[in-house]
Amino acid sequence: MIRPRLLRLVMLVPLVAAGLYLVTGTSTARGAEHGDTGRGRELYLTGCSSCHGIHGKGVEANGEQRGPSLEHAGPAITNYMLTTGRMPLANSEDRPVRKDPAYDTEQIRDLIAYVSTLGEGPAIPDVDITTGDLAAGGELYRANCQPCHSASGAGGALSYGRAAPQLSKATPTQIGSAIRTGPGQMPVFGPDTLSSHEVDSIARYVKYLEHPDDRGGVSLGRLGPIPEGFLIWVLGVGLLIVICTWIGGRTRNRREVEPQP
Amino acid sequence: MTTTSPARRQKRDKLLTRRAARWLDARLGGAKYARTALGKVFPDHWSFLLGELALYAFVVLLATGVYLTFFFHPGNQIVTYHGSYAPLHGVQMSEAYRSAVELSFDVRAGLVMRQIHHWAALLFVASIVVHLMRIFFTGAFRRPREVNWMIGVLLLILAIFNGFAGYSLLDDQLSGTGLRIAYSITLSIPLAGTWLASLLFGGEFPGPDIIDRLYVIHILLLPAVIALLIGIHLFLVVRHKHTQFGGMGRTEENVVGEAVWPSFAFKSLGLMMLVAAVLAALGGLAQINPIWLYGPFDPAEVSSASQPDWYMGWLDGSLRLFPPLEIRAFGFEVPAPFFPGALLAGITFGLLFAWPSLEALFTGDRRVHHLLDRPRDRPVRTSLGVATLSFYTVLTLAASNDVIATTFGLSVNAVLLTFRALVIVLPPIAALVTYRLCNELQARDIAGGYVPPDRPRVRWELLRFWRWRAMRRASRAPSTAG
Repeated sequence: MIRPRLLRLVMLVPLVAAGLYLVTGTSTARGAEHGDTGRGRELYLTGCSSCHGIHGKGVEANGEQRGPSLEHAGPAITNYMLTTGRMPLANSEDRPVRKDPAYDTEQIRDLIAYVSTLGEGPAIPDVDITTGDLAAGGELYRANCQPCHSASGAGGALSYGRAAPQLSKATPTQIGSAIRTGPGQMPVFGPDTLSSHEVDSIARYVKYLEHPDDRGGVSLGRLGPIPEGFLIWVLGVGLLIVICTWIGGRTRNRREVEPQP
Repeated sequence: MTTTSPARRQKRDKLLTRRAARWLDARLGGAKYARTALGKVFPDHWSFLLGELALYAFVVLLATGVYLTFFFHPGNQIVTYHGSYAPLHGVQMSEAYRSAVELSFDVRAGLVMRQIHHWAALLFVASIVVHLMRIFFTGAFRRPREVNWMIGVLLLILAIFNGFAGYSLLDDQLSGTGLRIAYSITLSIPLAGTWLASLLFGGEFPGPDIIDRLYVIHILLLPAVIALLIGIHLFLVVRHKHTQFGGMGRTEENVVGEAVWPSFAFKSLGLMMLVAAVLAALGGLAQINPIWLYGPFDPAEVSSASQPDWYMGWLDGSLRLFPPLEIRAFGFEVPAPFFPGALLAGITFGLLFAWPSLEALFTGDRRVHHLLDRPRDRPVRTSLGVATLSFYTVLTLAASNDVIATTFGLSVNAVLLTFRALVIVLPPIAALVTYRLCNELQARDIAGGYVPPDRPRVRWELLRFWRWRAMRRASRAPSTAG
């Protein structure tokens, strides 16, 4: 018979081993520039291949495309899709929306490394918002981004249930990746259209919109005149009608009569 | 001791106000008129104060507007911004937009005044609409008050137009988008459209003159006309005496209530203070129209979710709902925006102007009325009014179809189709439900021993306009025979 204390010690062994493995594993990965393509391929086969195909060429079922080919996807879009949680999808018919990422940083690096072996694609842009020009970014944002994402970055509707997302949660790298690769309905803005300095500036303005100089009181969701109209009817007119009933309803004690001519 | 004689001292009143009033009266006269004015009896009902909300919103608009004119410079010459709002540093913009941003960031109390002014404008139109609803549903527009009704409708139109002119002045992205739509609606008017648009804007959009013209219209022309019309509106209220609800010794021949001096004047003043307080609270606590986020207007740019202020929403909504339908009539192209834009506005305000005459025609009731109707006692009018309100409410909500779609995760196309169906289906349903409700309430009144006043029969047969000639002949026949 094994004593309980010994049992506990025996149970500790795999835990310690796992911990040691994790520490050493991450340290080696940090040292490397790229992730492990072998581990990336394993993750790919379990999480992605059902829609994108075993060889990354996409899957067509019953004449409909379940997932696009990743042959020329490249690191930028892979990084964008995985770090924003848009991929993987639970159901191939769902629309990709921002959620918590399904993979950790390490796994994402491995997946990017694997997807990069499938073909050439835009590299993850190096976005540095500190070198960006805020005012120039604002002008570029208003010219290129606000038609879909709205002047305040609140997002906006596209046709048939699609929507340009709200930008407040996007990191500079995600903003840059989206600009360079055009996920979903978004157009691609290549280096010929926007220089990397301009991307830095746009990212800086988008990050600024997260907490803009918001003087004037409560910002009402930055959705423009809709919440303003709602507020004037509910709080303005509503409250003043209550005031009217209060002022206009207390005259029972005094009455005077004026005859009509 | 002073050297004044005892007789003179006796004449001197201790009350300074009374002395001042006597002094004025001795030189100007007018005590007679003041006495009748102050002795006017004002009937008591909370709904009679709704028009005063609009009046006091206008007072706040004038006060804040004067402050803003000290600092706002209209003009479309291009300047470079160097104010304290960093994200616009070095950006090229029009003088109008620059001074509006400067007003918001660098002028003491500029932003709060701008915000109070904007909230007051929203309240001004809203309270006019609520006041109009009260007048409509109680039949206060009937003889002898038809002219005052028309002045009121005119005030509504001018208030909407001046609001639009006001938010178009700032030359930010949103106001420019609104002006672009207004330009297109003007263009869509057959035959005269291109001429009208050029005349108004001073040329092709964005015309060189529009900001300057809107400025004069917004701060001088329309406020003066509105103030004059409000004066006439109130004078006519005094002239006709105020309407009142029946019961408690109230007849068509008297007005029961309280005198203007001292009780009603103080209530009214109190209401003015409270309107100003609500507006000041909104202006200080709730952000409105943050133009620095929208950026300067550029005709090549537009932001998603561009909506007008609420009182223009019905027009924007109808533009969104109307199908892209263009026709050619008599050799002229009639573009789609004409029907939901120019034509709908024309029909809306035309019907509003004509309503007192239309109702008199259909009921044959052309008598003088000083006693108000309870809405339930006039089921047809009430249900028509509710149907109309539901129609315009749907149109107003339709102006935000894209924001509704993204907020609730729906397809903007599905939202659009739903609104198209609602705008047709909802008004008749609202009318039927209201009609039923009115009759039920009346039945309850009758069961409770209250006899509703007689109501004139609605001559629905007049809707058969192709029989008008025959009907006129038939009505003339007995007189010629006699």
